[in-house]
Amino acid sequence: MNPVLFFQIIGALTLDAFRGIGMLSVFITNTVGAVLLPPYYGGNVMAMMLRIGFNSLPVVGLTAIFTGAALALNIYDGSARFNAETFLPQILSVSIVRELGPGFAALMVAGRASSAMAAELGAMRVSDQIDAMRTLSVNPYHYLIAPRVLATTLALPVLVFIADVIGIYGGYLTATLALNFEGATYIANIENFLTARDVISGLIKAAVFGFLISLMGCFFGYHSAGGARGVGAATRAAVVGSAVAIFASNYVMTSFLISV
Amino acid sequence: MANEALKISVRDLHKRFGSNEVLKGVDLGLANGESVVVIGASGTGKSVLLRCILGLVAADKGEISIDGVDMKSTGRAKREKLRRQIGVLFQGAALFDSVPVWENVAFALLNGTKSQRTSRKDARERAEECLALVGLSPRVGALLPADLSGGMQKRVGLARAIAADPAVLFFDEPTTGLDPITADVINTLIVERVKAMGASAISITHDLASAKKIADRIVMLHEGRVIWSGPATELDQSGNPMVDQFVNGRADGPIKMSLRA
Repeated sequence: MNPVLFFQIIGALTLDAFRGIGMLSVFITNTVGAVLLPPYYGGNVMAMMLRIGFNSLPVVGLTAIFTGAALALNIYDGSARFNAETFLPQILSVSIVRELGPGFAALMVAGRASSAMAAELGAMRVSDQIDAMRTLSVNPYHYLIAPRVLATTLALPVLVFIADVIGIYGGYLTATLALNFEGATYIANIENFLTARDVISGLIKAAVFGFLISLMGCFFGYHSAGGARGVGAATRAAVVGSAVAIFASNYVMTSFLISV
Repeated sequence: MANEALKISVRDLHKRFGSNEVLKGVDLGLANGESVVVIGASGTGKSVLLRCILGLVAADKGEISIDGVDMKSTGRAKREKLRRQIGVLFQGAALFDSVPVWENVAFALLNGTKSQRTSRKDARERAEECLALVGLSPRVGALLPADLSGGMQKRVGLARAIAADPAVLFFDEPTTGLDPITADVINTLIVERVKAMGASAISITHDLASAKKIADRIVMLHEGRVIWSGPATELDQSGNPMVDQFVNGRADGPIKMSLRA
């Protein structure tokens, strides 16, 4: 390979990376400003909460119940190797509320809502609707972005709380129906073991995931270009970006929340 | 009729996208009450020029003034206020597909700045008034943009552009994609509305019939520069070989169009 070409490619990639970081930084600043400062579009926030939160309930609920059920089987099988099957309720509940509830619910919302945000904003961008909005003196950050980010950040903790309950119930069903656990003991073990700190740490994660998911969806949609292909690319990038952001931030937050 | 005071003035405007210099020093003036049409082949920078004036794209160099105020050196609030005088009809109408037609028309009245906002009832009345001005019944107001034909969408776009009673109207390819009869209806509406409002107008188009109908003055852009400017009545006798080639739609001539990218 021509060494000059090699350095040209490296240079172009570096510039692209810095350009992307710069664009994302400006986007985050504008978004946070639009969330905090007026004008506020309360109706849009409510509509987005309904669309992103309420409408995601079936898919999040289904994911949670099957996750809880499968997790119960896995924990039982694994803990039987060192005669610790009785700890199933405790291990299952803490796994769900701290890790799996927030993680799976966020991934489901990323697949469902982040992609939809990117597609919708992308279509608006390529059909000049966002420019039209600006010419009508309506700031798209206030009207389009802030409601989506605010709604997802507020809705995800609620979704995760519901997913936690359904996930634990899924484990309960498996434990009582297939693994011969006594229902009252199962619940009592969870009540005695699970702390508010476990639940709250999961809900904090959920809020951060919600912010990141909506940010990815809005960022890639808002900056999409190049017609239908560009909108498709924005949708893909939003889902991939959301998933990476969920996993990366999960590690950082877990380290932090365990240490405090 | 136009008077001498310039509503919008563009001087030595430059804009580059990567290595592609789209505008190479464009000068353009729009007098109060004047209707200017910018023509030119695809890729000559017409839309970019419009977007620079609207503030949707930042120019690299040059000066854009509205009412004599340089947009670069003035504060953001003043700049926004000056730009609020401009109503725009976009090429594809750019209607917001998630809200009904009347909310599209009254969008700025419902969601704009504090000084623009009115009650929902007043906004709806104004929307229906504007729909009537472009020949649409109030019944259309309840429909979604997707339920409308291309011509009706353009009419709604025009109604939205005039809803805030702007002093300047911009038309981006107002008749593209329309059949000749609908295109003529839109052209007639544009001429009527601009005259009735006493507004100034800048339009960009490839459609010469449209240009001749709505323009007081025509400006031709080629490769990012103004190559001819004159009264619409003189377009056919411009004496400029590039204008002649464009007007007569000939492939042979000083304007070389590449068929391959």
